[in-house]
Amino acid sequence: MVHEETVYDALDHAHGGEGQWAFGTGFDDPLAGVDTTVPEGVDPADLGAYCLMLGDDALVLCQRLTEWATRAPELEEEVAIANCGLDLLGQARLLLARAGTCGVLGRSREHATGSIPDEDALAYFRDADEFRNHHLAEADGGDFAQTMVRLLVASTHRLALFAHLRTTRDPVLSAIAAKGVPELTYHRDHAARWVLRLGDGTPESHRRAQAAVDAVWPLVADLSTATDVERRLVEQGVAVDPAAVRDEVRDVLTMVVERATLTVPEWPADRPSPGRAGEHTDELAPLLATLQGLAREHPAATW
Amino acid sequence: MSAPTVARPTEDELQAHFDATIAADRRVEPRDWMPEAYRKGLVRQIAQHAHSEIIGMQPEGDWLLAAPSLRRKAVLLAKVQDEAGHGMYLYSAAETLGADRADVTDKLIEGRQKYSSIFNYPTLTYADCGVIGWLVDGAAICNQVPLCRSSYGPYARAMIRVCKEESFHQRQGYELLMTMMRGTPEQRAMVQDAVDRWWWPSLMMFGPPDDDSPNSAQSMAWGVKRHSNDELRQRYVDMSVPQAEALGVTLPDPELALDPETGRYRFGQIDWTEFKQVISGNGPCNAERITRRRAARDDNAWVTEAATAYADKHSA
Amino acid sequence: MSETTAEGGHGAVPTGPEIPSGAEPTRANTRRDWPLYEVFVRGKRGLNHVHVGSLHAPDDEMAVHAARDVFTRRNEGVSIWVVQAKDITASSPDEKDPMFAPAGDKVYRHPTFYEIPENVPHM
Repeated sequence: MVHEETVYDALDHAHGGEGQWAFGTGFDDPLAGVDTTVPEGVDPADLGAYCLMLGDDALVLCQRLTEWATRAPELEEEVAIANCGLDLLGQARLLLARAGTCGVLGRSREHATGSIPDEDALAYFRDADEFRNHHLAEADGGDFAQTMVRLLVASTHRLALFAHLRTTRDPVLSAIAAKGVPELTYHRDHAARWVLRLGDGTPESHRRAQAAVDAVWPLVADLSTATDVERRLVEQGVAVDPAAVRDEVRDVLTMVVERATLTVPEWPADRPSPGRAGEHTDELAPLLATLQGLAREHPAATW
Repeated sequence: MSAPTVARPTEDELQAHFDATIAADRRVEPRDWMPEAYRKGLVRQIAQHAHSEIIGMQPEGDWLLAAPSLRRKAVLLAKVQDEAGHGMYLYSAAETLGADRADVTDKLIEGRQKYSSIFNYPTLTYADCGVIGWLVDGAAICNQVPLCRSSYGPYARAMIRVCKEESFHQRQGYELLMTMMRGTPEQRAMVQDAVDRWWWPSLMMFGPPDDDSPNSAQSMAWGVKRHSNDELRQRYVDMSVPQAEALGVTLPDPELALDPETGRYRFGQIDWTEFKQVISGNGPCNAERITRRRAARDDNAWVTEAATAYADKHSA
Repeated sequence: MSETTAEGGHGAVPTGPEIPSGAEPTRANTRRDWPLYEVFVRGKRGLNHVHVGSLHAPDDEMAVHAARDVFTRRNEGVSIWVVQAKDITASSPDEKDPMFAPAGDKVYRHPTFYEIPENVPHM
């Protein structure tokens, strides 16, 4: 009996240290203790809008990845996908919170009560037309091949952006990017390993991987054209011009897909991203309905 | 390589050595000789435990996409991920006894191995996620902490790791409920409703009463099980009642009362009829749980095969 | 109430109908699974690598990758070794005890991983 009491004691003191899994309960205000002053000469509305773009990409893609929970191939993959989802969710929370500190809340506060933090007001109380994610993030998950090809494309692009954003003039965004770079490197590596194995695996996996590449490739057309917000912020040393990372992204993706013995589709012509302007496919609305339903049912509740 | 002078020990000597190990409260390790019944019993127990972790991802997993705040979503995703990890630790322990993960997964899907019946109840509101953490994980901790001293080494070690992580699960559940109890009247009603539905099933998690529990005696003798069902159940009730009071919920048992002489809580008779229904496959979610597990295996078999094929091509 | 038993961490589990135990290794007759890897982690500089568990992976690279996910949550600065369970040569369980002659078989902690007929004693 003495042993058990000791075990209970140990559990009581089991914070941090060895807890490889448990995140602990330190999930509160993601920007707690961070100086959120907007730098001189930067328009807070632009900075907030930019953070929403990057935050919505992460939030929506996290939701797509989480659809795999309890359904993944092998338990090892269950754990890996959850890791990617948690990383993206963490990035989304920081970026939406940053948008909130810039005063960019859209129409969310028409519905969300004051007790709801900015990150949740933005995630749960905006409609689809206020979401700024690329179509790449919202597209239906498809099979495991499509999930991994999309993750490869999204993480390669995002990693290239975040690597540059580490030196942005906004210290908050810079910190978010520095934290995100190793996470996104991991996501890209994970996805690339799978694309190699599916492409160069069995005839069936090859066929599925090729179909996935063919389905995802057209969506890269949206990734490289800067919005007006981005253009202004590039001049102020805050944002990265997505056109500047296009070649790097294309080279990485081409290399992986070729090594996977797959045919690289033609790189589509750039176009302004409809998603960045709030124009979305029919796939986003049901995703948001699931994400937001409960929170909207109880707008005065705290969780 | 083997020492030429050593004779093979007899069955009696091996049994005596095993008995002495158990009697001295030392651990049995994978390559030790062990009675066949001990090994088979352990494989069944550990596999069932692993299955419970994996199936146990589903009731809460159903709320992952709909969690009402980003913080809660992160907590829940981390928790469901933990459960996948716990399943892996436990399948590993079973594999030290000669079981094979793919094989026992097949047995689960075919209904030849079971999982804890508690996971056949549905999660109707978000409060259920909190109550699962508080009551169901709380009961699991009561069951699992003694297993950290299981006589079988790999199982005991897996349980130490699991227990450390499980404490986070109970805390996050209780914290969610506390937050909800400070929220709107609807939220408070949700919490009470969830407590009403989960309290009795959580008591049933400790298994049948001691006088009706034929397997327990051997398990206790072997040090695989450390306390009787009723003993653990009583300990759980004693722990839970003050927690319920602090939370401000009523436990749905009019007979629940402190016995001033023993300092322990008396509680009402458990109605096993419904429970029997659930475990015999007529529970609200039995079919759904297994169907999803089967789909995860079958729909993704091509992925597993692809990775194997790739490894074959590239191993040189 | 003999239909349930309370064994195992999550408590009451149905016992019947009589379940063929999972103890018989049946690898040969089931579809091919990913091989089993043993995982060793150096938690901090200055410490030895310690065995922490096992996992299934299609190849060495994926095994290291999965080990980071499962056992270290990608903490920086730790070092991980993975090795296929079948490639580990183990000593006898208790070398000081003459009762247990070295068996010389090639497995670390998964003794009955290979198929052994039920009628072979002392395995």
